[in-house]
Amino acid sequence: MNKALIIVKHEFWQTVRNRSFIILTLALPVLVILGVGIYQGVQHWYHPGAPQEEKIGYVDHTGMFGNFTREPGVQFVLYTDEETAKDALLAKDVKEYLEIPADYLSSGVITRYTTSREVAPSTKTTGQITDFLISNLLVGQVSPQVLERVETPVLLASVRLNEAGEIAPNQNVVSSFVVPIVFAVLFMISIFFSSGFLFQSVTEEKENRVMEILLSSVSSGQLLVGKVLGLGMAGLLQVAVWLVTVEVFSRVASGIIPALSDLSIPVSLFGWGILYFILGYLMFAALYAGIGSISATAREGQGWSTIFVLPAILPYYFSYFIVSNPEGAVSRTLTFFPLTSPITSMIRLASGAISAWQIALSLIILAGSVVLIMWLASKIFRVFLLMYGKRPALREIVRYIREA
Amino acid sequence: MNVVEVSEVSKSFKGVKVVDSVSFSIGRSEIFGMVGPNGAGKTTTIRMLMDIIKPDSGEIKILGEPINEEVKNRIGYLPEERGLYKKLTVSQSLSYLAALKNMKKRLARERAEELLKRVNMLPHKDKKTEELSHGMGQLIQFVATILHNPELVVFDEPFVALDPVNTQLLKELILELRSQGKSVILSTHMMNQVEELCDRILMIDKGQAVLYGSLTEIKSRYRNNSVFLECDRLPDGLPGVVGSKAHGKYIEIFLDGRISPQEILSALINKGVKVDRFEVSTPSLNEIFIQVVKEGR
Repeated sequence: MNKALIIVKHEFWQTVRNRSFIILTLALPVLVILGVGIYQGVQHWYHPGAPQEEKIGYVDHTGMFGNFTREPGVQFVLYTDEETAKDALLAKDVKEYLEIPADYLSSGVITRYTTSREVAPSTKTTGQITDFLISNLLVGQVSPQVLERVETPVLLASVRLNEAGEIAPNQNVVSSFVVPIVFAVLFMISIFFSSGFLFQSVTEEKENRVMEILLSSVSSGQLLVGKVLGLGMAGLLQVAVWLVTVEVFSRVASGIIPALSDLSIPVSLFGWGILYFILGYLMFAALYAGIGSISATAREGQGWSTIFVLPAILPYYFSYFIVSNPEGAVSRTLTFFPLTSPITSMIRLASGAISAWQIALSLIILAGSVVLIMWLASKIFRVFLLMYGKRPALREIVRYIREA
Repeated sequence: MNVVEVSEVSKSFKGVKVVDSVSFSIGRSEIFGMVGPNGAGKTTTIRMLMDIIKPDSGEIKILGEPINEEVKNRIGYLPEERGLYKKLTVSQSLSYLAALKNMKKRLARERAEELLKRVNMLPHKDKKTEELSHGMGQLIQFVATILHNPELVVFDEPFVALDPVNTQLLKELILELRSQGKSVILSTHMMNQVEELCDRILMIDKGQAVLYGSLTEIKSRYRNNSVFLECDRLPDGLPGVVGSKAHGKYIEIFLDGRISPQEILSALINKGVKVDRFEVSTPSLNEIFIQVVKEGR
């Protein structure tokens, strides 16, 4: 068997058996199952009985409010004077009562008496009172249809169009905003987790001095390839578990949770997603491998890696902006810049707002960068794997790369 | 066919020649000592043998061919900077390292058990290496080096930080390797170990080979023509003696170079001298080493 393959196998199994890898990978499915389970449980066990009709008392000094005393969920009970109304409130026959003064038409003021502490009357109560007043004021003056429109003037339905004037896919808020951001976060976690493992494994072999023993059996190139592929496969497995979870969840959830009824994840997301994941991972893995081979200890390398991690998580902070403004200059720049492109493109793919040529261009730039960085990393890898002492200066690294 | 054939190999770092046209060869069933002060170029030479770094010029052949992947499988290497995976068990570490030498899984396991037993480490095979003491770790590294039954074994400073018991065990194992027909390179600055174990040596100083050959031949070459004598009296008129020097309990007498120590001994006995000790003075490798290095500077 090719030795790189042995290293692939070794690194893959070491990672997959790692406790933190297992916990991270299974966290999403477990959370989703728990979430759906709790939702189902609540649906199953919680049966709100037929809503009890509430009673609101009122004292009418105008004589205008006797025609309609029923609104959905509430009955308005007329009392002749305030004393009886107050008694009814204290006896809990009504939950509150209103006093409509004789000058209501000109002043609009109605006094409301209640025994409950509240900051402001609930919108439901306000709505019921409003409807009660409107119905009685307009009775006989307009048709019942007009009356209904006065009470509920609009049921707003929004439709988003794309540039061609067609109805854009993913009208659902959840799938157009939440799904892309969830995807971006998951990808980011997986890419950095896997390449972080790679970094760890390189610095560990340097620190525990196994490196030289390894290099007497395999070449530095085989070592680099084996590590990158082995850990990449572990990352891919993780992403696959997550994608399956998300897909299963979106099917199950759209069936049982009304708010997510038209939740759908674009099919293109899966194919392109894997491709972006692979390229994104390869780039960060090569960067991490290079940094790992330069630094003598893991802690020393952490500082360096921040330089690359910061731009990489930038699209995450811009994600709201990218989703709402996918063709803006910032979104496009982030799509093409190699360090930010995997995650930006994922966000835009997930929200369904990226054109084919932009995908192609960003992939070409990304693939080119991967080749370049891999090449550099393998040079650095070969030169610095056995250097332990002081971390080399940048100038020294450049010189070694030229010489190597 | 020589197991190792190095000709005119040079290597520079940052413009400094660390190894300067060094040549040597090593045969089968031979323990070859590579000696020299720290920083002389021993480890660099070994790393070039192992194809970890490439020489600037010169040629290296191992087992008859330029080093390649197949040849690497037939070499065992215990580097000076060495360690083990802390989180893996002894068995896991060994089986991974054996796999990288293209060894079949089952065979590797059987042989690992056998060798672990030999170094009394079998009860620890399922322990993580971070649980082992430093000396135990060294023994595991030794097992890892010879696990795949290599034809050429390279030990770089193997005795550093080993206790006397394990040092003895390691020596026995190295001698065993020779009796099995393996070739061993022993790189060390501990001269007494070299004297005890090695058949031939290469002495390197400042990247250059300053001494090369069989240990006995080198020693006789550096013999300073004197004998140590402990006796009741030193008679006058001994043939070929050009001087003497008292060292307290014994006397060192200097010969003119034409007479052999045997002739002196028989002359002493003929004169009725009671000899308690008669020893041909051979300089220790350490003395030769110091002398050579001094001459070179």
